[in-house]
Amino acid sequence: MLGEGILKGMAETARNFAGSFVSKERLTTVEYPEERIAPAENARVFPFLVYDSADWEAGLRCVACQICEKECPPKCIYIEKSKDKKPDAVGKPQFYPTRFDIDISVCMSCQICVEVCPFEAIKMDTEFELATEDRFGGLLLDRKQLAKSNQYYHRIHPTEAAEVDARLAEEKAKSDAKAKVAADAAAVKTAASAAQTANSAATQAPVQEGTGD
Amino acid sequence: MIATMDQIFVLFEHWLVAFLPASMQPVATVLLSVAAIVCVFPGLFALTVWLERKGLGRMQNRLGPNRVGPFGLLQPIADGIKSLTKEDIVPASADAPVHFLAPLLLVVAVFMGFAVLPMGRNMVLVDMDAGLLFFFAMGASTEVSVFMAGWSSRNKYSLLGAMRAVAQMISYEVVLLLSSVAVVMIAGSLSLTKIVEAQNHYSGVFPNWYIFTPWGLAGFIMYAIAATAETNRSPFDLPEGESELVAGYHTEYSGFKFALFFLGEYLAMFSISGLGTTLFLGGWSAPFSFLVWIPSWIWFFSKLMLSIFVFIWMRGTLPRLRQDQLMNFAWKFVLPFTLLNLMVTALWRFMGDGWERWVVCSAILIAAYVIMGRVGMYREHFGPRRYRYAE
Amino acid sequence: MSFVFYLVSAMAVAGALAAVLLKNTVHCALALTVAFAGLALLFLDLDAQFAGFAQILVYIGAVAILIVFAILLTRGSETPKDGVYSRNWLAGLAIAAAVFSVLGWAVLQSAWTLPHETAVPTVTVHDIGDALVGRYVLPLEIVALLLTAATIGAVIVAMHEKGGAK
Repeated sequence: MLGEGILKGMAETARNFAGSFVSKERLTTVEYPEERIAPAENARVFPFLVYDSADWEAGLRCVACQICEKECPPKCIYIEKSKDKKPDAVGKPQFYPTRFDIDISVCMSCQICVEVCPFEAIKMDTEFELATEDRFGGLLLDRKQLAKSNQYYHRIHPTEAAEVDARLAEEKAKSDAKAKVAADAAAVKTAASAAQTANSAATQAPVQEGTGD
Repeated sequence: MIATMDQIFVLFEHWLVAFLPASMQPVATVLLSVAAIVCVFPGLFALTVWLERKGLGRMQNRLGPNRVGPFGLLQPIADGIKSLTKEDIVPASADAPVHFLAPLLLVVAVFMGFAVLPMGRNMVLVDMDAGLLFFFAMGASTEVSVFMAGWSSRNKYSLLGAMRAVAQMISYEVVLLLSSVAVVMIAGSLSLTKIVEAQNHYSGVFPNWYIFTPWGLAGFIMYAIAATAETNRSPFDLPEGESELVAGYHTEYSGFKFALFFLGEYLAMFSISGLGTTLFLGGWSAPFSFLVWIPSWIWFFSKLMLSIFVFIWMRGTLPRLRQDQLMNFAWKFVLPFTLLNLMVTALWRFMGDGWERWVVCSAILIAAYVIMGRVGMYREHFGPRRYRYAE
Repeated sequence: MSFVFYLVSAMAVAGALAAVLLKNTVHCALALTVAFAGLALLFLDLDAQFAGFAQILVYIGAVAILIVFAILLTRGSETPKDGVYSRNWLAGLAIAAAVFSVLGWAVLQSAWTLPHETAVPTVTVHDIGDALVGRYVLPLEIVALLLTAATIGAVIVAMHEKGGAK
């Protein structure tokens, strides 16, 4: 009948109007900046550097291999390698970056740096409230601003961080096992060589005694 | 006590005017009433702007403005300051005197319409014998101002918007008049106070408002449709739709003149709702006989705000009608139905009291509605398009 | 002949003069609207409420709009290149003077006051309605017939146009 659709429409808007006072479903406004929606887990904005232990300088996973600098399409990363080495999480001495700058006014969030990093050192952050009045310096993030802890990484990307941690632990276990095997072999070798020298010393001695007869 | 509350504004006015010499008293009374109207209705306009933005927002699953003042109540003030301080741009090739006069004429014509509305017992500015006719005469003057606005801007979009607006307003003016004529037939007078008096009776608990009769309900619905079209409100707001015509006939207006157009539109909404409540909803009379102790002006303004809420509700619900759909609707459905309503009203009057007239009138109106709804809006030509070119 | 009468008549005459003397045709139409308004106010001054408001409703609300539409749909909105004053203005003046003298003679011939009445009779809408369906019902029906014929004619003309373009 003519007018039926209008009445149904008006009933729906009335339901919207009344429901907006009681249910969250009928009032979908999020009053930014007092309320914020948590970003989705796969959200990505700009990269950050992960560090493991409490000290950001010592625990930084980045070894300044400069692969991300070479692979970055708009070339927004600038790395200066150190001259000396310091031990990394596994214990092996590695180089470290004395300077790691990312220009986020240039970065296009393509995530290539994350994909190519062999050390799980650079990951994508979800923080977007980076507006600043300083147009050039304010948008150039240095090493200290980029370094964020592994706990932070777990907070923003839980599944990804768990995977990364599992992988790193596996590698560590493998390298530990290898080191153990190598150490065992080395120990066996030193024991064998020590026994050999003892044996040769022992065999040498009767020969010497024999000649002394 | 009840009578005092009911007549409080009248008594206040008499008390104030008594300070002046007797020769100046009639003039002073009129001036005071005019001042009251000029203060109250723009204040109501500010409230309605806030209500509309919040109400529309809630209907669209969002909050309205809520930053300026608690719950955004000071938003209309912020809007007003913005309109007053914006630069008044008049296009270089625009017709300056006509461009200037158009919003003035609109606001003046609309304010004149408030002069005959009975806002409470004994609260009419001018009790004219031909009050209803005066109201419609003032409504007709707004069409001239719309045309002036559109033409003087020297802008194709404005002119197009103005032409559409005027065509729409003329078509629906006929409907408005005819649906009011039914009320005049039953009430026997063109004077709005007499029409309200005729509805101020109660059969038991229930009021004798005209909307509670078959012809009154049909007339009210037609009146509401015509009122929405007259004031260029959704869904009939093609002449000022932002996505169609920039802003139609008030494209080239900025600052205070635009604010005047905005004010004029809302005031026209108030006055036409006021007339609708007077004609069909019993004006200032209470809905139940046991509620008569509440002052009459409270009832009038409550009914007015209810009508405004229905206007806002319709705006939030319906999409815009295209110009040809609008005109089709007016001439092919609403007008014939209104003419039929006139005849049914006459039948009602001459059948005398009793249940027969209810049954017969309702049956005729419902049958006509269903039949016309199916037939009158049906367009047969679904063939290949034919084009007409201007010579 | 009160002050209000002079004021309103001045407005009506000024509007009428502007309607013939202005260059821009749409301005002329708007000035004509002012003349209509003046006439309506004169009716109201004479206590003829129905006539006054009907004048506003019909003339300003519909006829003026019609005139304006007609001006816009033809090319009348452009200012004429060779001025607004016609070449045969002498003949026009003569005819206008003749019409004015006939009307003036007719008005001056009629009596200023009715012989046996002292007060002006008030004519309410009720009286007009009574007269229309009582004494003047035949003219009313003829006018209705005329309006119907005009409406049908308009519809037929519009239909022919649509049919002609097919």
